[in-house]
Amino acid sequence: MKQPLLDMRGIVKSFSGVRALNGVSIQLEKGEVLSVCGENGSGKSTLMKVLSGVWPFASYEGEIFFEGSQVKASSIRDTEVLGIVIIHQELALVKELSVLENIFLGNELGSFARLDDEAMYRRTSELLARVKLDVLPDTLVRDLGVGQQQLVEIAKALNKNVKLLILDEPTSSLTSTEIEILLNIVSELKAQGIACIYISHKLDEVLSLSDWVAVIRDGEHIATKAAADLTQNDIIGMMVGRQLDELFPREVHDIGEVILRVSHATAMQAGASRPQVDDVSFKLHQGEILGIAGLIGSGRTELMQCLYGCYDGQYSVNIELEGKEKAIRSQRTALQAGIAMVPEDRKRHGIVPIMSVGRNITLSVLDNYKALFGAIDEDKESQDIDDYIARLKVKTASADLAIKNLSGGNQQKAIIAKCLLTHPKILILDEPTRGIDVGAKYEIYKLMFALVKEGVSIIMVSSELPEVIGISDRVLVMHEGKLKGDFGYRGLTQEIIMNCAIKEGA
Amino acid sequence: MFKRIKTSQLQLLAMVAAMLFIVVFFSIATEGAFISPRNISNLLRQTAIVGVLAIGMVFVIVSAEIDLSVGSMMGLLGGIAAILDVWYHFPIGLTILVTVVAGLILGLFNGWWVAYQRVPSFIVTLAGMLAFRGILVGLTDGVTVAPTSSALAVVGQSYIPSGWGVSAVGLLCLGLVARVYSRRQARHKHGVVNQTAKFEYAKALVAVLALLGMLLILDSYRGIPTPILVMGGLILIATYVAKRTSFGRRVYAIGGNIEATRMSGVNVERTKMLVFGLNGMMVAVAALILTARLGAGSPAAGNMAELDAIAACVIGGTSLAGGIGSVFGAIMGALIMASLDNGMSMLDVPTFWQLIVKGAILLLAVWLDVKTKKAQ
Repeated sequence: MKQPLLDMRGIVKSFSGVRALNGVSIQLEKGEVLSVCGENGSGKSTLMKVLSGVWPFASYEGEIFFEGSQVKASSIRDTEVLGIVIIHQELALVKELSVLENIFLGNELGSFARLDDEAMYRRTSELLARVKLDVLPDTLVRDLGVGQQQLVEIAKALNKNVKLLILDEPTSSLTSTEIEILLNIVSELKAQGIACIYISHKLDEVLSLSDWVAVIRDGEHIATKAAADLTQNDIIGMMVGRQLDELFPREVHDIGEVILRVSHATAMQAGASRPQVDDVSFKLHQGEILGIAGLIGSGRTELMQCLYGCYDGQYSVNIELEGKEKAIRSQRTALQAGIAMVPEDRKRHGIVPIMSVGRNITLSVLDNYKALFGAIDEDKESQDIDDYIARLKVKTASADLAIKNLSGGNQQKAIIAKCLLTHPKILILDEPTRGIDVGAKYEIYKLMFALVKEGVSIIMVSSELPEVIGISDRVLVMHEGKLKGDFGYRGLTQEIIMNCAIKEGA
Repeated sequence: MFKRIKTSQLQLLAMVAAMLFIVVFFSIATEGAFISPRNISNLLRQTAIVGVLAIGMVFVIVSAEIDLSVGSMMGLLGGIAAILDVWYHFPIGLTILVTVVAGLILGLFNGWWVAYQRVPSFIVTLAGMLAFRGILVGLTDGVTVAPTSSALAVVGQSYIPSGWGVSAVGLLCLGLVARVYSRRQARHKHGVVNQTAKFEYAKALVAVLALLGMLLILDSYRGIPTPILVMGGLILIATYVAKRTSFGRRVYAIGGNIEATRMSGVNVERTKMLVFGLNGMMVAVAALILTARLGAGSPAAGNMAELDAIAACVIGGTSLAGGIGSVFGAIMGALIMASLDNGMSMLDVPTFWQLIVKGAILLLAVWLDVKTKKAQ
């Protein structure tokens, strides 16, 4: 039997008890392109991290063989020596250095005391010619476009004598011309015998480029099939093909008048080629749960940041709350207006890790406990803390425990408690159940329904389609900063949302 | 048993142990001269200036910033006080008021650059360190402004008569006990199981004993030095601000995670600016004590004092990463540093050795801190 270039067998990887990968096996021959497809959070990235050595040998179960011998890498460096190079979505180039310096960073030619500039210059020119990038080797990387930087990354990989190139969502921020150049180069590399693992949400690219398509869902390896035998709908079907079950305790609740009108939300980073949020308008009704779906980078989170006044770039938006126009320019003004947000990145934006659970919960409303001489009325504060810990079923040994010691689910409940203490009219939940176990998820859903029954209106951003469909009353779908769809939950399927979120011009 | 003790408590114990060790060591080495009432009185007066600076610095470091300008700022404010007193014969009350307000303004100025203009505090205060010193030399023409009036000298050189001292310390002890008791009650009411009640009582007992002991010693010399009383008052106020007010709570939150605090609707910028303002006021108080003690405003006054203040905070368990630290710890740190200075001077240890030892202690303290945190 012929030896495959890459053979990953039964990879299992768990994070604190949760299986992110559950027995995934893939194989690849020289000069072949394998695409790995799956929803956000399905385990694709984890698989690539295992392969590239980010997760060292023995931190996962299963075996990896490369060119017939077992890989026992303890870092990315080890796999790079073997010829496995990963190019991440976020490029890892040093922007202040030149193309040449980046390509040879850590592998400089010449002696310690004297670099062989001439040889490096020659080699860089060759590499740039190979990736069809028409710039001089001493151009600064920061002067290049994102697509060109992508090509520099590939040139850098080629310099390391790459045998297997992993591209993680390489085209998500490229223009269509840039994409075409990139795809052509991958095809040429393929002809030169270099294998490639391609990760992308763009199914048209996947089908035109790959020999094989592997689909991963919830850490399970669903199937690997020849690309020639597949259609986009086949892939979508495999990506989402699970049944909705009792995970989502939908409860009947009344939906009232329009409470929030958002019009012409536009947000852009300085120097970006396209806005992250592109003229989005929508309405939210009282007591409604509005789901917002879309791929990572579709502008969902950025739209929420516009509503909460915390987008860190140029943005403009018109917000009308209960018929009155509100100027929201900061988190403070948002909270004052009655908009609270549970942020996507719990660690960075949610918790103050070394502070106690109780103090995290009351951080937004300290002014409610004002006593003499600016003191905090600790009696009143403890009362609220106890109430909300009980109401949200935050499992903690004591309110005085540092919040970092709690599980993700309980941290999240504490953050929600913090928001609820401000008595918001509108509660924004950005990925409320990310990294949370099933039990805590269920409790959070129950809580959401309890809240809307009290008249709170909820906007929920989520990458988990079953959750979006199972919980929302209405679903908005975003694609590349634009609002692409507005669906009622009845009759809504994951295929409909995926079609809307993935396909260009759908 | 040992596992129940929290890191913060462990730190406290370690600090008290270190302090005891230093006291015992120097007492033996100096054949008792170190713990003579006269020396204790001197030692505490030496502590006062760095102690007051450390009180302000603790807030700055807890908010995950740094202030390198306090030495120069202290020199400048002390110079202003001396000029007002010596050249313009301002009444003492007005001199104090103007100096403190000037400190507040300089602090807010630093804070404005850090919080609203987003210039790193290291740079802002490094600039201040240079510029404030420059202003001082310009104002005084590089000469010492002396002699200060006898009224100003009271601030730095006088002693509180024993009757007043006894009542003040007595009240303090009572307050301390009442505080622990009421806290216990409140916790009991909310059903919080407090495993460390014994520790709290023990802490209060030790504090009361230490205070009374100190009073006894100081009283057998000349009474409580005024700077010590000022520092004591500031310790109380600052501890209250840090632990009990919403402002203090926000400072710790900002140091713990500034982004999450901002997302919680806290006016992060204003809070940060106020932290620097508060620090400026503390520097002003320290400057008044310094000028009063020296009886002059000197263009070199307060040189390198920022490093002593930072060292005191760090030895006292304040984390440079922000979010962790206490006023009491910083004072302990200042006391440890001052004891080392004082003890080594008494033993005629050459100055170069004193610097080396202080540097080593600083490194050791932080190293131990890092070690214990990793072990947890």
